[in-house]
Amino acid sequence: MKLEELRQIRERASKELSLRKGEARAKIVIGMGTSGIAAGARDVMAAFLDEIAVRNLTDVVVTQTGERGLASSEPIVEVRIDGAQSVTYGLMTAERARRVVVEHIVNGNVVSDFVIETRG
Amino acid sequence: MNRRLDVLVCSGAACVSSHSAQVRSALAREIEAQGLGDEIRLVETGCMGPCELGPVLLIYPDGVFYIHVSQDDVAEIVDEHFLKGRPVRRLLWETPESRKIAEEKKQIPFFEKQHKIVLVNCGEIDPESIREYIASGGYEALGRALTEGTPGQLIETMIASKLRGRGGAGFPTGLKWQFVAREPGSTKTIVCNADEGDPGAFMDRSLLEGDPHAVIEGMAIAAYAVGATHGYVYVRAEYPLAIRRLKHAIDQARDAGLLGSDVLETGFSFDIEVRIGAGAFVCGEETALIASIEGERGMPRTRPPYPSTSGVFGQPTLINNAETWGNVRHIILNGAEWFAAIGTPSSPGTKVFALSGKVVNTGLVEVPMGTTLREVIFDIGGGIPDGKAFKAVQTGGPSGGCIPAEHLDTPIDYESLKKLGAIMGSGGIIVMDEDNCMVNIAKYFLDFTCDESCGKCVPCRVGTRQMLGLLEKITAGHGESDDIDKLRTLGKVIAETSLCGLGQSAPNPVLSTIEHFGHEYEAHIHEHRCDAKVCTSMIRFEIDREACKACDKCRRVCPVSAISGTPGKPPYLLDAQTCIRCGRCIEACPFGAIAIESGEPN
Repeated sequence: MKLEELRQIRERASKELSLRKGEARAKIVIGMGTSGIAAGARDVMAAFLDEIAVRNLTDVVVTQTGERGLASSEPIVEVRIDGAQSVTYGLMTAERARRVVVEHIVNGNVVSDFVIETRG
Repeated sequence: MNRRLDVLVCSGAACVSSHSAQVRSALAREIEAQGLGDEIRLVETGCMGPCELGPVLLIYPDGVFYIHVSQDDVAEIVDEHFLKGRPVRRLLWETPESRKIAEEKKQIPFFEKQHKIVLVNCGEIDPESIREYIASGGYEALGRALTEGTPGQLIETMIASKLRGRGGAGFPTGLKWQFVAREPGSTKTIVCNADEGDPGAFMDRSLLEGDPHAVIEGMAIAAYAVGATHGYVYVRAEYPLAIRRLKHAIDQARDAGLLGSDVLETGFSFDIEVRIGAGAFVCGEETALIASIEGERGMPRTRPPYPSTSGVFGQPTLINNAETWGNVRHIILNGAEWFAAIGTPSSPGTKVFALSGKVVNTGLVEVPMGTTLREVIFDIGGGIPDGKAFKAVQTGGPSGGCIPAEHLDTPIDYESLKKLGAIMGSGGIIVMDEDNCMVNIAKYFLDFTCDESCGKCVPCRVGTRQMLGLLEKITAGHGESDDIDKLRTLGKVIAETSLCGLGQSAPNPVLSTIEHFGHEYEAHIHEHRCDAKVCTSMIRFEIDREACKACDKCRRVCPVSAISGTPGKPPYLLDAQTCIRCGRCIEACPFGAIAIESGEPN
C-alpha cells in the first residue's frame, strides 16, 4: 500500500466516523413519538436515510425526538441547516422526504408546500 | 442505507469487569429485535474515562452519555431512545452538588476540563478496527514522515517539541532519539515500555486497549528517524485485553503494509514483537526490562552504558514509555510549536492520569501540564466522597510522595512535584481522606517496594527491609523517639546508594509523609494515638450504653467472643483485651452503637 492508497482508504472510511465528529451541516429531526410512529414516521426516516446514502451526503445527520404535540400533522420533521432558519414540515411521507433532501438540503430551497412552522 | 446512530460501548478493562460485554450483547439482540440493525451501529471502544460509573455508553450524533447501564436497562434504551428519540433520563449523569442532569457528554464536568491528545481516540473509535484508526487520521504522520523530509528533521521536530518522557523521569524524548540516531551500526531497536507496575495506575493499559495503533505508529516513526528495524512492546501478562488488542493491531498493520518490509512502499522496514512480562515491578526499569526481553532474569545493571549505546542484545536501543509513543504522531502532524504551546514552558503537552482512591469520579483523565492538583481532584474528580475531608494526594506510586492540602494549588509539572518530595511518575494519582493514616500509607508502599526489590544491591534489599521494620514497629505501638531520625537517615542512604530507580525512589513515600505529616508519626510514637483510627494497636472499640438495644447481632459475629450480654437487656459489654478490632461488630450493628476510639480511655 502506498501513502496515496492510505489516503483513499481514509477518504472512504471517514464517512463511517462522521456521526461521531459532530460536524454536520444539516440535522434532520424526526418526531418519533407514538403518534408519529403510528402515522408512518419510521418509513419517513427510512426514506431520509436512504436518500442521504444514495446522494452520498456526509454532512447530514438524522436524529429523532419525541411527541411534538401536533398529532394531526404527524409525521413531523424538522430540518436545521447551519446559518438558516429551522423549518418544520408536517404530514410527511417517504416521497416527500426524498423531495426535502433534494430541494431543501441539497439545493437550499424550502419545500413550502408542507411547511408548518419556520423558526430562526 | 446510512446509519443514523453510533452506539459506543466502553470496553476498557474496568467496564468489562462491570459486565459491559453482557450489555453489548443485549443491545445487539434488542436492536435486531426492533428491526434497527441497518440504522444503528454498535462499536466497542477503549476506556472512556469515568471507570467508577461503568458500564458507560456514548450515543452519537447527539453525544448522550449513559452511566451504570445494566442488561435490564437495554430494552428501555432501545425502545425509548433509539426508536422514539427520548433519552432515558434516569441513566444520564447527574452532578451530585447541583443535581443537574447532563444531556450531553460535553456538559459533564468530568470531561469539560480535560484536553485529550494521547487519548483522543480512546473511547471514540473501535480499537480493533484499523479502518477507524485510519479514518481518524491514523498513519498519516507515518506516511508524511517517510515521504516528506529526512530522519534528521524528524528528530529536530521532536527536540523542538520539548516532549519529555511520560514514564516518570521526564527525560527529553527528542534528545534520546538523537543519541540513538548518532550511534553507529545498522541494527538498532525500538522498545515500548508498557510495564506499568504502580498500584492504582492504568494509563498505559488504557492506551493499549483503547488505541493500540497510536503506539505502533509512534514507534514506527521513531524507527525511521533513528534507523531501527525491529521493535518490542514490553507489556505485563496481567493485561490480557491490552495484549490481545495490541497483537491484533500489529497483525492488521502488517496486513495493510504499515509494518513489515517495505512500509508504504517506501523501502523502509520495521516490525514489532510483543514481549510479555511476568509482572515484576523492577522490570519497568529500563535495564531490567531489556534483560527480561533478552530472556534473562529481570535485574537492572549499572549505567553507563545507557541503552542508547548498548541495549537489547547489546544494540543501540531507543526506549520510551507507551504514553510518550502516543504523543509522537500528533507532534509530527501538528508541528513542534503546536505541542510546545500546550501545558507549561518546561513541561509541554498533556499528561494522562489514573485517578483513584477517595475521590468521587475515579478513572482515566488527560489534562494539560500545569493544571493544578485541585482542579484534577475537585473539578474533574468531583472531590471527596461522603463529605469527608481531603488529607493528601499521592503521585508517582511507590516511587512518589504524599502532598498535603496546603499544596493543592501546585501546578502539575515535573519540577513542581519534585520540589514537594513527590514525583510525576507515570501518572497514578491516589487521593486520601481523613480516614487514611499516613504512617500506614507509607508502610503500605514500602511493603510493596520491599517485596518488589530484586535483591541485587544491598541498600535496596536490606535497607527497605529495615525501614519497613521501623514502620511496623511504629504502627504496632512500639515506636521509639529516635525512629523518625533513623528512617530519615536510612532513606537518604538508600536513595543515594541504590543501583536503580526502584531503590533510589523507594524511601520517597516515607520521607514525604515525615516531611508533611510528621505530627502523625509523633502521635503514633509518643501518644500511641492514630487519629485516622487505622492502626489496630492504637484503637479500641466501645459500645455506647445508650444506643445499644441488646439485639445480640454483634455478639454473634464476633470471632473471638469478646462481646457479652443477654438479648433484650442492654447494654452489651466489649472486652478490650480480647477484642482484635476486626470491625465485624460495627458492620453488624444496626444502631451504630459501636464506635472506634483512638488513644487511651478518658
